[in-house]
Amino acid sequence: MSTATDTVNTNPDSHGHDSHDDHHHHIPKGLMRWVLTTNHKDIGTLYLWFAFIMFLVGGAMAMVIRAELFQPGLQIVEPNFFNQMTTVHGLIMVFGAVMPAFTGLANWLIPMMIGAPDMALPRMNNWSFWILPFAFLILLSSLFVEGGGPAFGWTFYAPLSTTYSGDSTALFVFSVHIMGISSIMGAINVIVTIFNMRAPGMTYMKMPLFVWTWLITAFLLIAVMPVLAGVVTMVLTDKYFGTSFFDAAGGGDPVLFQHIFWFFGHPEVYIMILPAFGIISQIVPTFSRKKLFGYASMVYATASIALLSFIVWAHHMFTTGMPVFAEMFFMIATMIIAVPTGVKVFNWVATMWRGSISFEIPMLFAIAFIILFTIGGLSGLMLAITPVDFQYHDTYFVVAHFHYVLVTGAVFSIMAAVYYWLPKWTGRMFDITLAKWHFWCSLISVNVLFFPMHFVGLAGMPRRIPDYALQFADFNKWISVGGFAFGLSQLIFLALVIKACRKKGEKVSSQVWEGAEGLEWEIPSPAPYHTFDTPPTVK
Amino acid sequence: MAQDAPQQYEKYYVPEQSVWPIVGAIALFLIAVGAGNYVVEVSKDKSGYGAYVLIAGLITLLVMVVGWFKNQIDESMSGLYSAQLGRSYRQGMAWFIFSEVMFFAAFFGALFYARVIAVPWLGGASNNAMTNEVLWPGFEAMWPLVSTPGGTETQAMGWLGLPLYNTIILLVSSVTLHYAHVGLEENKRKQLTWMLGLTILLGCIFLGLQGYEYVHAYRDLGLTLQSGIYGNTFFLLTGFHGLHVTLGTVILIVLFFRVLKGHFTPKEHFAFQAGAWYWHFVDVVWVMLFFFVYIL
Repeated sequence: MSTATDTVNTNPDSHGHDSHDDHHHHIPKGLMRWVLTTNHKDIGTLYLWFAFIMFLVGGAMAMVIRAELFQPGLQIVEPNFFNQMTTVHGLIMVFGAVMPAFTGLANWLIPMMIGAPDMALPRMNNWSFWILPFAFLILLSSLFVEGGGPAFGWTFYAPLSTTYSGDSTALFVFSVHIMGISSIMGAINVIVTIFNMRAPGMTYMKMPLFVWTWLITAFLLIAVMPVLAGVVTMVLTDKYFGTSFFDAAGGGDPVLFQHIFWFFGHPEVYIMILPAFGIISQIVPTFSRKKLFGYASMVYATASIALLSFIVWAHHMFTTGMPVFAEMFFMIATMIIAVPTGVKVFNWVATMWRGSISFEIPMLFAIAFIILFTIGGLSGLMLAITPVDFQYHDTYFVVAHFHYVLVTGAVFSIMAAVYYWLPKWTGRMFDITLAKWHFWCSLISVNVLFFPMHFVGLAGMPRRIPDYALQFADFNKWISVGGFAFGLSQLIFLALVIKACRKKGEKVSSQVWEGAEGLEWEIPSPAPYHTFDTPPTVK
Repeated sequence: MAQDAPQQYEKYYVPEQSVWPIVGAIALFLIAVGAGNYVVEVSKDKSGYGAYVLIAGLITLLVMVVGWFKNQIDESMSGLYSAQLGRSYRQGMAWFIFSEVMFFAAFFGALFYARVIAVPWLGGASNNAMTNEVLWPGFEAMWPLVSTPGGTETQAMGWLGLPLYNTIILLVSSVTLHYAHVGLEENKRKQLTWMLGLTILLGCIFLGLQGYEYVHAYRDLGLTLQSGIYGNTFFLLTGFHGLHVTLGTVILIVLFFRVLKGHFTPKEHFAFQAGAWYWHFVDVVWVMLFFFVYIL
């Protein structure tokens, strides 16, 4: 199966410097350029910066959590504030950092990869970005409401979020509504762009895998974000309007909350990892100087993971007292996901096998991703085993698991993507020395941070508690040290990105990386403000 | 799509800058802040500024919708659009409707779960005999749940009478809208105008009857939003449906005035098609509602 990348024939007129086209030749200046923009590259940049800022804000909250957990006992923050930190850290990282970062990458890359002049619905694109900062402004300001911000965990289980929550719950609900609207509009834009804007000859099975994975992700987003909107609405009415969806006295059931939430929540997990698979599938072939081992199998594996994600949600709820039949069903369905995921991991490894591998920064992150994500995947398999999950449930083992897939998985892939495409965006090579520091500091500290969590979790340390039994003290000290080191390492990344945006560094060619293939590597670096006004022909 | 030869390519219209999205973002911000405060103020019975912020947000949103749509209509009327852009809009609308389907699916899911699992389990089904005996002694599972475990009593809404009339009204309105669409495509403007007007009228009658039904439920049956899971699912499902009918009616009214101004051609009428799709979708939701909420 050939990908689009080797057979591209670009029309020289399509290289974007359209001085003959007076409709397009000036780039607006100042603040209003960013506020009013309809340009997919501007909006991509906005998304990426927003995600980065949120990553640092959410990271700062993680530092508070780790500072409190540095030693047993309560010393730095009140338990209620600790709960707010775990809650808002989770919400920010999921909805404010990882998802917007992927949407930013989609905005920058999908039109360039499929030869489209822009996203299909550019004004809606602007809207879906600009409602996000407002949503997080509301969420963050709710921390200052009397009684404190949301403290019920990012999963906002009833009755914690209904009976026992504070006044900030209403603000939380409406900010989640806005985040959902943003994601749905972003996803509609991605799907329509891919369906309708591909250059002539860019058939589905020639699309770069990043495009494929995002197409499937966008479908998941449209399918489940409305369900999240539904469940927060029920929380709102239960708390403020006297309904009893999650209250047995009125015939409802708190477990119903978990069913609806995780019907959204599990596809959401794949929303945060499928684009990562796409990124790694772009990077590994480039630096192995080989075609991806099995393009079609990657596409089918992605689709299978997405479909399976709809029938595994209750593996988050093994201890809620479901019938044994349901526990068995969800256990087996969950384990089946290991098959398409394995297809992917073996695909990347087989792509590297006997390739002429070079270890540029994006490749370092990609390889770290493959190994560390696989660790997270394997601990996920352990969690899928129902009887064993009774022991692991709500312990630090779960925290270790999802941080391996989300930090060393999703976040590492985003960093890999930024290093891979940053020269295309700025036209300059980033500071490689700083990047190496960033990589190695992050890699070591992230494992010091998350690996011991497996041990304390297996030994029974519960999650979301500001205090713990003395026997966990040594491990927690090291976990906190790793946490602080990982947090500080990200400041290197910040410095590097700022430096790159200020156009420091050597100019790069349009191809940037020796083995890079695809439409985005055929346009000049930096990518012109408008690309592919006339579609290229892909043979 | 991809099979078009390059020389046939129409230019894809990429609008330059637009002020409307940021106005819309501010509107949603005001709505969220206003509603978030207003809800708390009402529940605690204290005064505050929430309602004003909410109203300001709704007005801003209205301004945004009018401005954005006017912009859009002007562009469309001045021929900036291409067939490809029309496909983008149609696909965008179709996926939007799919997201709406999933929103209703969450509430239908809650309804099914309550009926099939939660309520029977509270009554002791499956292996929950002790739940019933210890926690809710004397509770008997039933649907509609007119007597909750907590002791709230209510009456069920029958399906004969008003709900049946409403079903017929909405189904007929889908047919009249279809004939309006046929009229548009065959350039029979009179048929278009009349059928569209009739559809709007039917939509308004539906909303009126639905309002009357709510009054009947609250006043005569004691069926309220607070009457346990039956009332919850009843009012949230029919309520969100009613909101969608209201929005759909507003859309149709806007379309009606555009028709009177001579907008839309037999070939190009995305706005009309989108409005019609929306109306048919709202109709299908009602049929599901009628079946699962009223009859069963």
